[in-house]
Amino acid sequence: MHMADALLSPSVGGAMWAVSAGAIAWGSARLGRESDDRIAPLMGVLGGFLFAAQMINFSIPGTGSSGHLTGGLLLAILLGPSAAFLTVASVLVVQALFFADGGLLALGCNIFNLGVIPAFIIYPLLYRRLIGTAPGPRREAAVTLFAALCAMQLGALCVVLETALSGVSELPLAKFLALMLPIHLAIGAVEGAVTLAVVSFLRKARPELLARKAHAEAAPSLKPFLAAALVCALLVAGGISRFASDKPDGLEWSVAGAAGTAAPVAQHGVTAYLHALQGRLAWFAEYRMPAGEGVAAQQAGPGAAGVVGTLITLFIVVAVAALLRRAKRGGAAPEA
Amino acid sequence: MASVHGALLDLKRLDRLAGGDTVLHRLDPRTKVLATLIFILCVVSFGRYELSALVPFLIYPAVLIAIGRLPAGYLASRVLLVFPFVVAVGIFNPFLDREVLFRLGGIGVTGGWISFASIMLRTALTVAAALILTALTGFVPICRALVGLGMPKVFAMQLLFLYRYLFVLADEGGRAARAREMRSFGGRGRGLASYAPLLGHLLLRTWQRAERTHMAMLARGYNGMLPAAESRRPGLSDFLFVLFWGGLLITLRLCNLPRLIGALVTGTLS
Repeated sequence: MHMADALLSPSVGGAMWAVSAGAIAWGSARLGRESDDRIAPLMGVLGGFLFAAQMINFSIPGTGSSGHLTGGLLLAILLGPSAAFLTVASVLVVQALFFADGGLLALGCNIFNLGVIPAFIIYPLLYRRLIGTAPGPRREAAVTLFAALCAMQLGALCVVLETALSGVSELPLAKFLALMLPIHLAIGAVEGAVTLAVVSFLRKARPELLARKAHAEAAPSLKPFLAAALVCALLVAGGISRFASDKPDGLEWSVAGAAGTAAPVAQHGVTAYLHALQGRLAWFAEYRMPAGEGVAAQQAGPGAAGVVGTLITLFIVVAVAALLRRAKRGGAAPEA
Repeated sequence: MASVHGALLDLKRLDRLAGGDTVLHRLDPRTKVLATLIFILCVVSFGRYELSALVPFLIYPAVLIAIGRLPAGYLASRVLLVFPFVVAVGIFNPFLDREVLFRLGGIGVTGGWISFASIMLRTALTVAAALILTALTGFVPICRALVGLGMPKVFAMQLLFLYRYLFVLADEGGRAARAREMRSFGGRGRGLASYAPLLGHLLLRTWQRAERTHMAMLARGYNGMLPAAESRRPGLSDFLFVLFWGGLLITLRLCNLPRLIGALVTGTLS
């Protein structure tokens, strides 16, 4: 459920970046206060473990499909929320940079959906509260499954909301929800089953690992979380209102803000000259679309002129790249 | 899982590209991060029906690939790997938005197809920009650049640790998966009953490795922080790089170059 840059608008992406950056700062500060400096290498290696775990699949009985661990909730149970969050976030950074899984702008969304939700929302507010101090096996199973399901559903819900708010995809909210939520119900069930199985394996093999965790971090207080949620809400609300207003997007919006006019049309200088030039060219006017006046029509640009110009631009780009490449070949020996 | 394994080999290859020695490789990592962010913000800030205005932005990956001497075909194949998810979400646009925007020959081009093409082009551009950043800079310098831009040190250390152990553990996971594969006949023994102990053992070994690593680091004088790298002051070429791309990209964002050229050409032809 990694989101991609192409489906995001800058305001939504930026707001989620701010939220996730705040969560990283908060988690880092909380972790920095802990005296146990063994946690740093442990987190790093466990991040590697998440990658390794994703290379091993297991077949889901009766469906013919296979699943693997995502790990947010498992790490939260093993390491506590802050360390788990930072580990998941670091894995997402590596995925964004090397696999281009998600994207750099979407990184904020992905860290929120896959990191903040399981570690800072589901684990402290749901898992810790429901599991109690000395849970029986049945209770542990039920709570783990339920928490994993909730984490996946909430994550999928956020993916849908972020996509819908960005407004790049046409998919209506209800339909997208109807697609995403059932799929992630299944994924969440798999995640819960795996988390439960691995935790109970560890309890049998090395019970002290889980006990250590319970001593290390007392139940987190609700206050900082509520403050963070408030900030999230404000930021996202900012993103929404910007989206809801008829000014298209962040950059244009900020340009308009800086220039003091609603439309970013310069009244002087090169841009003005080009605009005038544009206006004077005779054929340009003839290529207005039949569809007329909608925002869509204006943004798409006049058909033929647009197509011709696009092809020429494409040609220029290819030519520049080819020239540069040839110049380099001639200049120095190519690398292996 | 073969695809993850292949992706991991790819990761090593992408990382090796960062060892190149061109003008672009030598730039300060911060300038490259900054230029990439400007580029991505410009690309995604277009309205959803913008297609022609996005085309000039191809100049950024094209020039960087050419000057940085990166393998274009390989990067393109990496970009293609990302497409399925975006296609899955974007493919609904042509069916939901059937308003005809303009006619080309006899064919009406609907808004949905335009926005679909726009999404595809954005994906190619943003993904290429991220991969190029990694291929020109390398992971460790990017982490340092991010610390320079305000990322908490604890998180930076986490990233560096992760990066160091990623390959070791992924190899280990791959080996475990292969070993199980070879011992299972007709898909037997691949369910949750064997999966959980397998993963659990991997986790335990990981944990022990972390403890050994920690002791080895303590023995070598680790005090909770990795030594800071020498910080280089950005030079003239760094300023020029950001100035050039920042200026060009923002100009391209504000005026639609293909439309201007098209208007000029069709205008003069008349």
